[in-house]
Amino acid sequence: MAILVDQDTRLAVAGITGREGSFHTLNNRRYGTNVVGGVTPGKGGQDVEGIPVFDSWAQAMDEAQPNTAMIFVPPRFAADSILEAAAAGVELVVAITEGIPAHDELRVYNLLKRDHPGTRLIGPNCPGILSPGKANVGIIPASFFKEGNVGVVSRSGTLTYQIGNEIAQAGFGCSTIVGIGGDPVPGSSFVDVLELFQADEQTELIVLSGEIGGSAEEEAAEYISGSVTKPVVAYIAGFTAPAGKQMGHAGAIVSGSAGTAAAKAQALEAKGVRVGRTPTQVAAIAVEVLGGTPVTAP
Amino acid sequence: MDLLEYEGKQLFARHGLRVSPGRAATTVEDAVRAAGDVGYPVVVKAQVLIGGRGKAGGVKLAADESEARQHAQNILGMDIKGHIVRTLWIEHASDIASEYYASVLLDRSAKRPLVMFSVEGGVDIEQVAEETPEKLIRHHVDPLLGLSREEAVKIAADGGVDGDVVEGVADALVALYEVWTAEDATLAEINPLIVTPDREVRALDAKVSLDGNALYRHPENQSLSDSENEDPIERRAKEEGVQYVKLDGDIGILGNGAGLVMSTLDVVAQAGGSPANFLDAGGGSDAEKIKQAVELILANDAVKAVLFNIFGGITRGDEVARGLIAAFEDVKPSVPFVVRLDGTNDVEGRRLLDEAKLPNVYPARTMDEAAEKVVALAAGQPVGAAA
Repeated sequence: MAILVDQDTRLAVAGITGREGSFHTLNNRRYGTNVVGGVTPGKGGQDVEGIPVFDSWAQAMDEAQPNTAMIFVPPRFAADSILEAAAAGVELVVAITEGIPAHDELRVYNLLKRDHPGTRLIGPNCPGILSPGKANVGIIPASFFKEGNVGVVSRSGTLTYQIGNEIAQAGFGCSTIVGIGGDPVPGSSFVDVLELFQADEQTELIVLSGEIGGSAEEEAAEYISGSVTKPVVAYIAGFTAPAGKQMGHAGAIVSGSAGTAAAKAQALEAKGVRVGRTPTQVAAIAVEVLGGTPVTAP
Repeated sequence: MDLLEYEGKQLFARHGLRVSPGRAATTVEDAVRAAGDVGYPVVVKAQVLIGGRGKAGGVKLAADESEARQHAQNILGMDIKGHIVRTLWIEHASDIASEYYASVLLDRSAKRPLVMFSVEGGVDIEQVAEETPEKLIRHHVDPLLGLSREEAVKIAADGGVDGDVVEGVADALVALYEVWTAEDATLAEINPLIVTPDREVRALDAKVSLDGNALYRHPENQSLSDSENEDPIERRAKEEGVQYVKLDGDIGILGNGAGLVMSTLDVVAQAGGSPANFLDAGGGSDAEKIKQAVELILANDAVKAVLFNIFGGITRGDEVARGLIAAFEDVKPSVPFVVRLDGTNDVEGRRLLDEAKLPNVYPARTMDEAAEKVVALAAGQPVGAAA
C-alpha cells in the first residue's frame, strides 16, 4: 500500500523549467512516477522532454489533473506557488525549496488549515517522498532503498539515506520514506506521518529520525504512546550541539534549555520508544525487531 | 540573526515603540561625547549577545563626565562570558516606577505567534514561568488576522497592570507585534518594559532575532548584524555561503547534509573525541566547494585531525574525492584526514583517493570506524596504514 505517493500519483512540478527542477523531475519520471505536467508562469505551451508546461496551477489542473505538486521554485516565490496549487485543488504538495522565510511558512500553514483543509503539505526544505517500487517525488536517491515494510519519517535527508542504506544492507526494505524537512514550521509533523504509517498495511515498523529544535519529537512521543501500536525506533541528532547556534537547518537550534537532543531522547524512551545512539545502532535495533519478519522481494 | 540591544531599539523606534534617547559608541571619547549629547545621568551599557550583563559589571550609571569616562574605560574590551565588548550604548537614565515583561515569538508547536506578558519584569522570565506561572500571560495570535487592539488591552488588563497604563501597555504590545511581523523577526522581547513615574511606557532593553531567510526583503536590516561579535572563521564562512559553526574541540568535521553532520559530531563525541566545528558542505558539493571547506576547517589552529563523512545523494563521491585531492595540492595540510565515502559514485571516489596516494589520509568504510580512527589520530595514536 505505502503512503502518500504510489502508482496513482499524478505529479506536476512548479519550477520544472529550472536546472534543478528539470533534473529531478526527469529522475522521478525515470523511476516510474507518473509526471503529468509542470508549472512555470510565462512558459505555458512549452514542454520539458515531452512533459507539458502550464502557466498556472489552475491551468495544469484543467488540462492534466495532477493530484500531487512538487515545489522547486526559489524561496521568494515558493509560498505563493504552494497556495496556488492548493487553491487549484491539489491534494498533496511536496515543497523541496530551502530558505523560505519563517513568516511565509506560518502564513501558508495557517491559510491551508483555514481555506484548504483538503491539501496536505510536506516540507518545505525537505528531500521529498519515496515509496520504493512505486513512485519517487523529490530528490531522495532511490537506489539506496528497496521495497519492504519499514516506514521512515525524518527531518533530515542525508541522515535518512544513511539509516535507510544500513537497513537495506541488512536485507530489509521500506514502505515509504517521508522527509518532513528541517524548517521551523513544517507543513506536516511527525504526528501527521505516524498516523498514516499506523494505518498503512505494508508498514510493520516505523523509524523516526529527529534532531534538535522545537518539540515535534516530544509531541510524537505522546502520540505514539496513545495511538501507535506498531514498533517505533528513533534517532535524534545533535547531542553535541551548543545552545543558541543554528546547525545547518533553520529549525535546528537549541533555545535556552528547550529543544535539546537529550530531552527528546528521554521523552521518547519514557514512552517505550527505543532510541539508537548512532545511525548504525538505529538500523541494528530496527533489524533486530524485524528479525522474524523477512521482507518479501519486490 | 541576533541583534544587539541598540540595533533592536532602532527597530522598536521604527514602529513607534518608545525607547530612551541614546547613542552607540565604540571608543571612550565617543562614549563621553554621546553622554554629553543625551544628557546626564546616563547608563553605559555593554553591547553583547549574552544575558547577565548587569551582574558582570557591564551596565553602569554615570552622573557626570568623569564617571561616564571611567565606566566606558572599564566596560570597553571587557570579557562577558566569552563575549568581548566592542560597542557601548549610552542612554539617558530613566526613573522607574514599574518593570514589566513583554515578548512576541514563533510558537513552533502551535504554529502561531505567541505574545507573552508579565508584570514581573526585569528578572529571568523562565524563572517566572517556573515559579509563578499564573503571573505570565500567554496569548496565541491568529497570524492571518494579527494582534488587535482589543486583544492587547485584554492582555494588559489580565496581566494586572496598573489601571492608568492599560492603554499605554496595549500600545506597546501592538507596536511590538508590528516589529515582529514587519521586520520578519522570530523573537522580539522587552525586559524590562518600564513605566516611568510620569506614567510613560517605554522599552528599557531589546532582544530581537531576525530570520536570515527573510533578509532579502529588508535591505535596511542587512547592515545590522552580529558580525562584530562573531567568530572570524564563522564570518568568513557566512561570506562564502558555507554552513559552519565553530565548536570547542580539536577534530575538524565535514559532511553533507545538516542532519548527517550533526550526527557525525555526536558519533565522534561518543568515540571520546571533541569536534572543532560543524560544516555542512551541502548537496552537490563540487571540487571547488570542497577545497573552500577544507581551508575553512584548517583556519582553526586547534584542529589536530579532520573527518570527512560523505553519504552521497545528490553529492557525488568522485566530486568530493577530486575536491579533496585539489585541496591537498593547494593547502598541503599538516594534520591527518580520515575519509569515509559512501553513496552515489562512492567506488569511483575511493579509487581516485587510492590512486592519488595523499599523504596522511586514512580511509574508513563506516561512520563508526571513521569516528574511532579520527579520535585516535587527534590523540596522536597510530591507526594503521594511510592510503
